[in-house]
Amino acid sequence: MTNQKGRFGTHGGQYIPETLMNAVIELEAAYEYYKNDPEFNRELTELFNEYAGRPSRLYYAEKMTKALGGAKIYLKREDLNHTGAHKINNVLGQALLAKKMGKTRLIAETGAGQHGVATATAAALMGMECVVFMGEEDTIRQALNVYRMRLLGAEVIPVTTGTATLKDAVSEAMREWTSRIADTHYCLGSVMGPHPFPTIVRDFQAVISKEIKEQILQKEGRLPDAVIACVGGGSNAIGSFYHFIEDKKVRLIGCEAAGRGIDTDETAATITTGRLGIFHGMKSYFCQDEYGQIAPVYSISAGLDYPGVGPEHAYLHDMGRAEYVPVTDEEAVWAFEYLAKTEGIIPAIESAHAVAHAMKVAPLMSPEKIIVVTISGRGDKDCAAIARYRGEDIYE
Amino acid sequence: MSNIKNAFKNKKAFIAFFTCGDPDLETTKKAIRSAVKNGADLIELGIPFSDPTAEGPVIQAANLRALKGGITTDKIFAFVRELRKDIDVPFVFMTYTNVVFSYGVEKFVSECQKSRIDGLILPDLPFEEKEEFHPICAGYGVDLISMVAPTSEKRIAKIAGEAEGFLYVVSSLGVTGMRSEITTDLTSIVATIRENTRIPCAVGFGISTPQQAAAMAEYADGVIVGSAIVNIMEKYGKDAPQYVGDYVKEMKKALSVY
Repeated sequence: MTNQKGRFGTHGGQYIPETLMNAVIELEAAYEYYKNDPEFNRELTELFNEYAGRPSRLYYAEKMTKALGGAKIYLKREDLNHTGAHKINNVLGQALLAKKMGKTRLIAETGAGQHGVATATAAALMGMECVVFMGEEDTIRQALNVYRMRLLGAEVIPVTTGTATLKDAVSEAMREWTSRIADTHYCLGSVMGPHPFPTIVRDFQAVISKEIKEQILQKEGRLPDAVIACVGGGSNAIGSFYHFIEDKKVRLIGCEAAGRGIDTDETAATITTGRLGIFHGMKSYFCQDEYGQIAPVYSISAGLDYPGVGPEHAYLHDMGRAEYVPVTDEEAVWAFEYLAKTEGIIPAIESAHAVAHAMKVAPLMSPEKIIVVTISGRGDKDCAAIARYRGEDIYE
Repeated sequence: MSNIKNAFKNKKAFIAFFTCGDPDLETTKKAIRSAVKNGADLIELGIPFSDPTAEGPVIQAANLRALKGGITTDKIFAFVRELRKDIDVPFVFMTYTNVVFSYGVEKFVSECQKSRIDGLILPDLPFEEKEEFHPICAGYGVDLISMVAPTSEKRIAKIAGEAEGFLYVVSSLGVTGMRSEITTDLTSIVATIRENTRIPCAVGFGISTPQQAAAMAEYADGVIVGSAIVNIMEKYGKDAPQYVGDYVKEMKKALSVY
């Protein structure tokens, strides 16, 4: 008897050790209850609005629009949220859920550190213990975020196994969860992992597209022609796409990290270069070798440096409902600098992948067309790394 | 019904785990021969995976060493056929779902049959997901081994009810690796298992000493030892087979009181 729950087409599922099965079943039951609980939703909305600063702005990037000479460009400013990224949406939802479930401890993985910072923040707010697993390589690339997490009271554990990046941090968080389940919730940071995580995280991030829709209807009286977002695991992208999936005329474009190029080994463009596999609890597309060994991926962006993609994205790709395009380090860095100079907005290097693609497609579209680009996070954390990329000897 | 039941016939089984290709296939082969000569009843052959999420540091490191040495699934199948020329004890593969899925489930399992692999353990394939793999395994006479954990509770009955080969009882929370003590109450878990199946159950995760093996065998039909053996392989490298043999002999002695 196959359990079809938590499947997106062929993707998704629950490929995890038996030790964790009752924990995810318990989580699913709790979520199914609380998602319809008016009190839970009231508390979450209050946290979103009063604490995280929602709704985030939908900003008309007039200078950029004019400079590119094509479609009208709006930026969904998730970078203006408390903690500086979309990650807080999911974390507030999961922390509140965990608290209702009687959990007192949150564990999380983090790549760029944004999800770790958000989790540490929610844990501080709600009086919970917090442990964050971060690849050692990333603790060096994102040293400032490590300090922020510690400042917020979290313990940060550098992960030295494997490639010492995001995938290893996920593996280590899963291992930790199998050893301590009773009081601990694994606050997964993206729309990935075993069911019900891809659904839970999507639902908490769907506030992004809900707001975009309301805001664009108010400003333009119609839906956008395209929504563009960066994709690592894919949480800000699915959040940006979700309420437009049924609006077939809205193009949904996910930007994957191509690293040094999709024709090199130093890439993290999963949908472009990966193939179907089963890893980290889900069936989806993964960068892997011919024997199913997970490939060591690379991107300048620690947050997109992941060899897999969330199962719902894999499904939207299969259905042809969303397009996934590779964007290189060089293109992303150029867009990072461009948005800073043109609009006075420093985007996260992750989000700069989406900006880079918008810069490619906007000039090809007529001025009456509308593009929404999600700026998933702010770029302060990336300044030192980008300076080094440009050959400047800057350290935090 | 596979060859696996023979490992448990009239005795408490000692199940020895090896990571294939650590430090190299030649040494793995010698170590397995040495283990079997000294009484190992069933051999669990680990096919390395890049990201073994159910393993502790010892077996993780062994996986990476073996992969670095250029081990592949095809080389392991050839290696097993070689071993089968003179070793008849039951063999089960232990690997991760993606290794099998990527190879092609049918192709993988048919190769298992050709190399006389008796069973397959996939720690990231729980009861709910086995339907994609089980009918194919059954078609080729390869037992898909089920696991129960200290957290399984109400799931034990249904897992045990459909289990085949032997039931792998996870001794403790957490990942594989040696533990100074095992505190889980295995008596009630094993009692529930017995109510639902007649196949043998073996306890693994954390067992390294003869005392622990003897304590586990009081309830279970066998014990599985992984990290302690992998540790010997790491410590002694090419000289490990002799030490593995000594270790297996000692563990078997502890089990022979039953």
